[in-house]
Amino acid sequence: MTAALSIQGLEKVYGNGFKALKGIDLTVQQGDFFALLGPNGAGKSTTLGIVSSLVQKTGGSVSIMGHDLVTDSFAAKQCLGVVPQEFNFNQFEKVYDIIITQAGYYGLTAKQVAEYAEILLRALDLWDKRNELSRMLSGGMKRRLMIARALIHKPQVLILDEPTAGVDIELRRSMWEFMQKLNEEGTTIILTTHYLEEAEQLCKNIAIINTGEIIINTSVRDLLSQLTTETFVFDVEGDLARLPELPQYQVAFVGDDCIEITMEKGQNLNEVFVLLIEAGLQVRSMRTKANRLEELFVGLVQEHKDQSDSENGSDNGSAIEPQKASK
Amino acid sequence: MIGNKSILAVQWVAFSTIVIKEVRRFMRIWQQTLLPPAITMTLYFIIFGNLIGSRIGEMGGVDYMSFIVPGLIMMSVITNAYGNVASSFFGNKFQRCIEELMVSPVFPSVILAGYVVGGVVRGVMVGIIVTLLSLYFTDLQVHNLPVIIIVTILSAMLFALGGFINAIFATKFDDITIIPTFIITPLTYLGGVFYSISLLPEFWQDVSMLNPILYMVNSFRYGILGISDVNVWVSITMLVGFIIVLSSISVWLLRRGTGMRS
Repeated sequence: MTAALSIQGLEKVYGNGFKALKGIDLTVQQGDFFALLGPNGAGKSTTLGIVSSLVQKTGGSVSIMGHDLVTDSFAAKQCLGVVPQEFNFNQFEKVYDIIITQAGYYGLTAKQVAEYAEILLRALDLWDKRNELSRMLSGGMKRRLMIARALIHKPQVLILDEPTAGVDIELRRSMWEFMQKLNEEGTTIILTTHYLEEAEQLCKNIAIINTGEIIINTSVRDLLSQLTTETFVFDVEGDLARLPELPQYQVAFVGDDCIEITMEKGQNLNEVFVLLIEAGLQVRSMRTKANRLEELFVGLVQEHKDQSDSENGSDNGSAIEPQKASK
Repeated sequence: MIGNKSILAVQWVAFSTIVIKEVRRFMRIWQQTLLPPAITMTLYFIIFGNLIGSRIGEMGGVDYMSFIVPGLIMMSVITNAYGNVASSFFGNKFQRCIEELMVSPVFPSVILAGYVVGGVVRGVMVGIIVTLLSLYFTDLQVHNLPVIIIVTILSAMLFALGGFINAIFATKFDDITIIPTFIITPLTYLGGVFYSISLLPEFWQDVSMLNPILYMVNSFRYGILGISDVNVWVSITMLVGFIIVLSSISVWLLRRGTGMRS
């Protein structure tokens, strides 16, 4: 099957000499829900900017649904919908006009998309706002408007660059549901996010980019299976004058009536409960210390940084990015 | 994708969409786009045509009011065609909504055509408004209607293209007022709007012949009054030549993403 997105040896050197992408290869299969993660300035937005034709590449190739973005850009661009990080619609136009204008850019008349525009706007809770000026919308509505706009021509591949940034929890969850439904209906979704919980919940496959290089590209399940330890935080009642003795486990104080216990893969939580009860402690509540993906992400990025530093033989810092040209 | 349209059909709908968007924009803010030229030109008609013109007498064989009206109409057309494209395209860059077009499969030549036609429509609309106002002050003849139409549209196209290139390079709103203030306005005033270049010494007549606006104003005046300081067909050929050059530059800049892509 043709890949939804195929990137080969993609390079980007900005005018000031900053090498934002160092020849990355990436393939996203059709139907995938794919996350491209990385710290700030890692190259995520540059990559997606090139795929969206908003940033000029300096090397390599990109194809969307088998259509090269340079030699067959008409077909490639028709397959793509983009929800950028920042609002980029005309603030002085009405919601409905923005959607219809976007459809026109893909050769679709207002009459042809009227029905689908209504479906989309209703699905994204914007139908009642269709005759309002876009600048009058709340932040969350503006984000949803960008999603509706990107979907009006029914793209096969949808790029979402931090779609839930600054969005409240309730709205974020409703957007997740919408995106999951969209993916189930066959749209390939490529997502960047700083909320790793979002990537863990939604995505099937994941790539992590750091300092312009892909450091890992695998399935979320495989990535999570790399976790060798997991830390849980317990709120307890009882005598906590000293740490309970739990052989085989690392135990540490977090605060009053609160301890954290690090477990190796394969160890059993039931045993921990038994040992805590034997130590005279009652567990009131328990949570994981950090998102599992977050732990891996931080570890992998740090590992890559250390590796780059040692290869460079200096401490001039791959994580410190020179001032970059605007994205 | 919805439907399965040919490239041509897609580009045609996209072109129409840009034109409709552009017309909707300047109609929405008619107080800033259509009303000011009407007021300014009415003042020109009253002050230069009526008050001062009545003391000047004839110019180029016709009364002064009749002489300046074609030039003032042309001045309105070109400044509005220029201003429309410059402010709209730069506004889209500023708000980043130009990204909608860059992500889409619309060809650069179609983007350019859409904006230019938007500018031409505004230029022509303002031209019609000013012409109607001028009828209150003078009786306009129509010496050669095809020349009037061709020169108006070509001049508006040329200046719309100029506005487009200006907007591509502009990085702040001030940048789109520099060329109209320091180049277009002086060239218009020196382009035979208010006088016949035959009044100038020979040296300054030759210098004036280097001013492209002189050709537009005189060709338009020829279409209305049948008098001109220059050959009309030379003017039209020059206009077409400049349009081809500026269009090519604009499409090249769009393909490169100058001022838009990093």
